[in-house]
Amino acid sequence: MTSLATTEAEASARAEPRSSGRLVMASAVIVLVAWVLVPIYLLVVNALGSVAAVTAWPKALVPEFDLASLAFFANYAGVPRALLNSFLVAGLTMVLSIGLGAPAGYALARFRFPGANLFRLAVLMTRAFPLPLLALPLTVLFIRVGLDDTIIGLALVHTTLAMPFAVLIMASLFMSIPEELEEAAWTLGCSRLSAFRKVVLPLALPGIAAAGIFAFVISWNEVFAAAVLTIENKTLTAFLLQSLDVSPLPLKFAGGAVLIVPALLFLFAVRKYLFSLWGIANR
Amino acid sequence: MADIDIRQVAKRFGSHQALHAVDLTVADGEFVVLLGASGSGKTTLLRIIAGLETASEGTVSIGGRRVDGLPPRRRGIAMVFQNYAVFPHMTVFDNIGFGLAMQKIPAAEIERKVRRVAGMLHIEELLKRYSGQLSGGQRQRVAVARALAVEPAVLLMDEPLSNLDALLRLEMRAELKGVLQESRTTTIYVTHDQVEAMSLADRIAVMHEGRIVQAAPAPEVYHHPATRFVGSFIGNPPMNFLPASREGQGARVAGHLFRHAPASDGALAFGIRPEDLAPAGEGFAGRVKVVEPLGPHQLVTMDLAGHLFRAVLDNDLAVRPGETLVLAPRPGRARWFDADSGASLAEITQPEPVTGA
Ligand SMILES: Nc1ncnc2c1ncn2[C@@H]1O[C@H](COP(=O)(O)OP(=O)(O)OP(=O)(O)O)[C@@H](O)[C@H]1O
Ligand SMILES: [Mg+2]
Repeated sequence: MTSLATTEAEASARAEPRSSGRLVMASAVIVLVAWVLVPIYLLVVNALGSVAAVTAWPKALVPEFDLASLAFFANYAGVPRALLNSFLVAGLTMVLSIGLGAPAGYALARFRFPGANLFRLAVLMTRAFPLPLLALPLTVLFIRVGLDDTIIGLALVHTTLAMPFAVLIMASLFMSIPEELEEAAWTLGCSRLSAFRKVVLPLALPGIAAAGIFAFVISWNEVFAAAVLTIENKTLTAFLLQSLDVSPLPLKFAGGAVLIVPALLFLFAVRKYLFSLWGIANR
Repeated sequence: MADIDIRQVAKRFGSHQALHAVDLTVADGEFVVLLGASGSGKTTLLRIIAGLETASEGTVSIGGRRVDGLPPRRRGIAMVFQNYAVFPHMTVFDNIGFGLAMQKIPAAEIERKVRRVAGMLHIEELLKRYSGQLSGGQRQRVAVARALAVEPAVLLMDEPLSNLDALLRLEMRAELKGVLQESRTTTIYVTHDQVEAMSLADRIAVMHEGRIVQAAPAPEVYHHPATRFVGSFIGNPPMNFLPASREGQGARVAGHLFRHAPASDGALAFGIRPEDLAPAGEGFAGRVKVVEPLGPHQLVTMDLAGHLFRAVLDNDLAVRPGETLVLAPRPGRARWFDADSGASLAEITQPEPVTGA
């Protein structure tokens, strides 16, 4: 009996530090989750609430479904145009990022060539280069070649921003597809191209879609280049930035909500690949 | 169906030489096993034949046609990969029919052929499943069926059984042998399992450090190893080797004089398989260290003039550790090697009387 009691005591003593560790972990998780969720919650409540409810306090726990703010936002002069521009630029950025990023990712994953590691690093380093430093020369250059204030011009800039992630996501994606599958296809009558189409592409498609959405969201959320490089063809972010001071509160909240929705949808869609990208086991 | 002719094939990976001037011919319909330790270049050679790797030097011909410059799909080969490489996004049916579909064969014909090979490998009831829903053994059958379905001139297999458990391996080995005998396809089969090699092969090509050191039928490889390496690599327990010093026409080994030894320039080494030894009045006298019963036999390890020396003896012979045991080679089974190069020298064919020291 005594020995049993001591072993139990020992067991609980050993369990003690672990359970306190869990407590710290749990509170950290709660704080982080709140950090992310509370602003989103406030944004949604205010965007969906009536115009009067925006300034009210305390907030209702369950948001009202009053679409007045959103309707007001949608009818505000310039908003539909800016929304359309955002979609066009982001869509183009997505297409360009996949079109250029997939081959680059495939090359990084499958071929050993001199400078592969340097290339990998260089791809990341483009993100280390501050965009504000580039803004003036870029604007001058764009004016010279006639790309200033165009959807394509802005999409090109956004593509360079999205490319590092697109390339690295797709490289890790292609790496995760065993080379033997491709080789088996070659021995069974496929050329490199048809093996890619029949074997690699179907397996990579979900990940490629994720990388594409990633590029879309990066472009969708980008403010600086959009504000500097466009005047007439402003995207939603640039438009909001410009009219932030002068616009009524409901408009700001409605605009904010419209901006974050694609980002949230994206994160949900690609969480699996983001985890595998950072080496965290899925599930 | 076709023969394979490999001439002087070498392969370098950077500064590392994986293959050195390999020569190998495989007759039409022959089953050749590439046997060798890990890293000996088996996979590299197979991949060069398949066209998945390019040789640094040398030529490969299949069916009398040079194929060096051709991509895998134009070589008339099919390959079974070590990890099966069954396409995960296709059903078993589509996997087996993949090669046929690539040849633009009509659907009805594909259906007929897929069902035929699936029947040969007993996987008809799996045709609708995906590879994620298969066991390792079933996946292996799918991989073999997929390769056989295209009726290749040459079938290449890279350790197809290595991922299976021992029992399944034995079963698949017998089945594979049956299927391949039926199809009479020229086959090169890679393994590092000598039992698998002996049971399957018409001919075994033993690889060592990027070279084929011997290519011969299994009994010949076993009884007449071309080099000391082959003798020690094939057979379990491995061949015994002892240093020998020349004395006149003969040589002295562990205190015993063989009256005839092959003439050669260099130093001699003596080799004998553990199962080719028998108790005798005169011979190698050593002290028994360990006795291990092996069912019908017993493995006796003894200390012979400072060398470990193993013998497989009948069970009815009473042997105890610490005793002195005298063993002599069975007639015609002693082997001589060049001590430096390891190359086999002429055999001693007549019974060799051993003269006491
Ligand atoms: N792509 C490569 N790059 C560099 N070295 C390689 C490459 N492929 C193989 N090698 C080297 O060539 C040698 C032979 O390799 P190979 O894969 O042919 O051996 P193996 O006989 O198939 O071995 P195992 O039984 O382990 O499969 C090894 O030393 C290996 O490290
Ligand atoms: Mg191998």
